[in-house]
Amino acid sequence: MRSDLRLNFDPATAKEGIVTDTYIKTGAARTECPTFEDPAFVTPKPLVSSKVAIVTSASLHHEDDDDFAPVDTGFRVLERGRRDIVVGHWSPNFDATGVSADLNVVFPIDRLEEMAADGHIGSVSDIHLAVAGNQFDLAGIRLDGGPAAAALLQEHEVDVVLLTPV
Amino acid sequence: MTLGSIREQLYGTAPPRGLYCAFPLGRPLGVPNDPTFQHRVLARAFGLLEATSPTVVDYGETITDDPEEVLVCPLPLRHDPEAHPAVDEARGLRAAYERAVKKFGNRTGAVRHLDADAVPDAIAAFIRVAEGTPWKEAGIPGIPARAAQDIRGYYEMAAMEIAGHTPAAWAGYRWYRDQTETGTVIKSAQKAMKDSGTKEALWRFLLPLDAQVT
Repeated sequence: MRSDLRLNFDPATAKEGIVTDTYIKTGAARTECPTFEDPAFVTPKPLVSSKVAIVTSASLHHEDDDDFAPVDTGFRVLERGRRDIVVGHWSPNFDATGVSADLNVVFPIDRLEEMAADGHIGSVSDIHLAVAGNQFDLAGIRLDGGPAAAALLQEHEVDVVLLTPV
Repeated sequence: MTLGSIREQLYGTAPPRGLYCAFPLGRPLGVPNDPTFQHRVLARAFGLLEATSPTVVDYGETITDDPEEVLVCPLPLRHDPEAHPAVDEARGLRAAYERAVKKFGNRTGAVRHLDADAVPDAIAAFIRVAEGTPWKEAGIPGIPARAAQDIRGYYEMAAMEIAGHTPAAWAGYRWYRDQTETGTVIKSAQKAMKDSGTKEALWRFLLPLDAQVT
């Protein structure tokens, strides 16, 4: 698996007036992504009895936690009850006003609480995780940060993880 | 279970369960402050847990980035004729920015590297870059891209407060980029850094990649 992936943008092909989102997505779509020959697949227990956690690549962290570095294959823990959250993403290539106005558009923690209250999910995990988006050191994520994050979620007996991309 | 914003990437990486949502980047649950909409997305995503083999599907509803969607946000009147228009403009937005922080919290404003007090001086540093000072000598606080992010966040939050609503995705950025004095400064500084041979990683991320650096 290549670990030197780079965004394959070509500003020369951008046309005046092309919408921002389309331009960025078009470039990102040309990025070579890793493929996994044998993706992990399990059948979880019923959702109504599952503990659910969110993992987001929005580079969120609590105000008193360390910021993400430009190259960062680690993760930050987000506590269920805390809403003092900063978006530490190093990329400018996304709309930030949405998460400014509503954390849930990126990190749907209140939605999970509502689902738990309504009995649609078993419970909300006490911890959730954020990783840095815009990373190219996939080896570091695959061999270090990723397994450490998974181990922590297992330690907290999380059954289902929802990944949200930024 | 993975939500995805870029279809080719989601289908290409083929997670165990994936839901491609054609929503603007930065809004994976689609619409801010719309719990009903967000619950619909989550219901579809969690429904994939019923799948008995790896499954990636399209959500179906689309939210596009409409360039016709503009943010109407009046800028403050000039207050200090001695100050550069961009610096004066940033100072004029301070009260709106503070109200926005009180209302929304501070997830994306001047919070990563700068605080609100430091924004006008940071803009002044980029003005010097735009006027030809090498970026290392211009007094930019910290890494240029980080300072530029905080400046943009300051502006977008102030704009949300002045406009009185959450803009459509990217409308706030386009307002900042095209309607403000500081947006013009950042674009000029970016061009100056590029023309001077500065490493691309240092100037490319001052603005999103759609900004035309000629």
